[in-house]
Amino acid sequence: MAIKVLERKPLSLAERTYLPQIAGGLRITMKNLMKPPVTLEYPDARPDIPKGYRGVPTLVKDPNGREKCVSCQLCEFVCPPKAIRITPGSIPEESETAHVEKAPEEFEINMLRCIYCGYCEEVCPEEAIFLQNIFSLNGLSREELVFKKKKLYEIGGTLPDQHFKWDKKRKAELSGNPHH
Amino acid sequence: MDLTQFIWLVVKAAIMISVVMGAATYAVLLERKVAAAIQWRPGPNRTQIPIIGSIPVIGTWLTRIGIFQPVADGLKFLFKEDPFPKHVNAFYYVLAPLVAFIPAMTTMTVMPFGFFTSDDGSVTPLVLANLDIGILFILAVSSLGVYGIILGGWSANSKYPFLGGIRASSQMLSYELAMGLSLLPVFMWFGGTLNLFDIVQGQSDEWYGIIPQWTIFYQPLSALIFLVALFAETNRLPFDMPESETDLVAGYNTEYGSFKFGLFFVGEYTHVIIGSGVFTLLFLGGWDIPWLGFPDGYLGAVLSVFVFAVKVLLMVFFFMWIRWTLPRFRYDQVMNLGWQKLLPLAIANLVLYAIIIAIIEQF
Repeated sequence: MAIKVLERKPLSLAERTYLPQIAGGLRITMKNLMKPPVTLEYPDARPDIPKGYRGVPTLVKDPNGREKCVSCQLCEFVCPPKAIRITPGSIPEESETAHVEKAPEEFEINMLRCIYCGYCEEVCPEEAIFLQNIFSLNGLSREELVFKKKKLYEIGGTLPDQHFKWDKKRKAELSGNPHH
Repeated sequence: MDLTQFIWLVVKAAIMISVVMGAATYAVLLERKVAAAIQWRPGPNRTQIPIIGSIPVIGTWLTRIGIFQPVADGLKFLFKEDPFPKHVNAFYYVLAPLVAFIPAMTTMTVMPFGFFTSDDGSVTPLVLANLDIGILFILAVSSLGVYGIILGGWSANSKYPFLGGIRASSQMLSYELAMGLSLLPVFMWFGGTLNLFDIVQGQSDEWYGIIPQWTIFYQPLSALIFLVALFAETNRLPFDMPESETDLVAGYNTEYGSFKFGLFFVGEYTHVIIGSGVFTLLFLGGWDIPWLGFPDGYLGAVLSVFVFAVKVLLMVFFFMWIRWTLPRFRYDQVMNLGWQKLLPLAIANLVLYAIIIAIIEQF
């Protein structure tokens, strides 16, 4: 590749006074002065969280209000920093969703250990745990940051469900095809 | 002079001082807002005063434009710990902020800021002291301010303030000459008067009823040289050699804190305001609005003060606009520009206008 030698022209008189350049600079700053600020005033205004963002892990309910976690403990096993601890429990006979059989009695996520890797969300067969859009956490003690089941459902809320797996299962059972 | 007259003078001086001090503190706010706007930021918009700040619409708006910020800044300067380094020369260390601040406040005594036409048609300037050598007084006293910077730099007994002090002294020396020489054609044009009020009154006409007879239109070169020298004298960018925070930490005021620093700071902004005022008076026609006159009496007086204030505000804005546009000169470039460009140019300008004025007077 040939080397291209740039010819340096001597500065003209106008250029040597710098005044046209200063005027040009002033024009640029004035143009920028007219633009609206781009600052996001953080605590008052929050950034838009993109879809798929890995924020704080939460537990969710299905649109019928049923808690989706069946305490299979897969997330507890997969969790690299061992932040999740589940105490399995059973669903009482008289409950409407008794055929689901199991639900966590207690579900703890230690937010001080969590590394937001998203393995729990990935591994969950029930789509019960999601890393949602909360990105700033603080607390006054270590205990406060070990989120209990109640708190996890509170911040998780309800997410739309496409499958209603356990409803289908019961329908199949009632129509005489229990091993659907 | 009887007692009432004396008290009236003191009251007038107190009003003037508070107005200029207030303007200086709000110039700091303006600077921060202009900087923010140029960099696409909102600028200071949080400080709130309990009762006024919580009025529904007005209060929030005032908070948004940062109107309470200077109050917070001033209080901060007052109540912060006042560091007093062990290695300084105590006497000059304390003296320096005062020497920087007092000349800046003194110059405004001879600045006219409007006029009053009484019923019998006689015109009185609105000014604390209508000196016949007004502009000489301003040039002399305002350049005393540099002693504050030099003293501050040298008494601090530390290398960065010392370098800042040296730079301040050499820069002042270089640009003072060009500044004085650039003003001579203006005085020659107005028949040798040094009285600022007379100079402003001399600019109130229009040529052929179209072009305002402001000095900047027929002596643009004088205006340019004076403006550049003014930037150097007020230590504003691109000439802020004494401070140059990137290479000298904070220059001459590195060792200063709390209220002593505040005095330097307010002094600097007062210099900017006074400088803008002088430029407006000499080159922009003072309180003159082209093609329009002022009514007689108090209304005219208030209007003239208002017009003058707007022009000064625009000049102050120009100072800030330049600051956020141009980078700082290197030290040798400053010296080069001052001695090799501005000074010969100012002398040539002087000779040129001397010839022109001589020719005009012949015919």
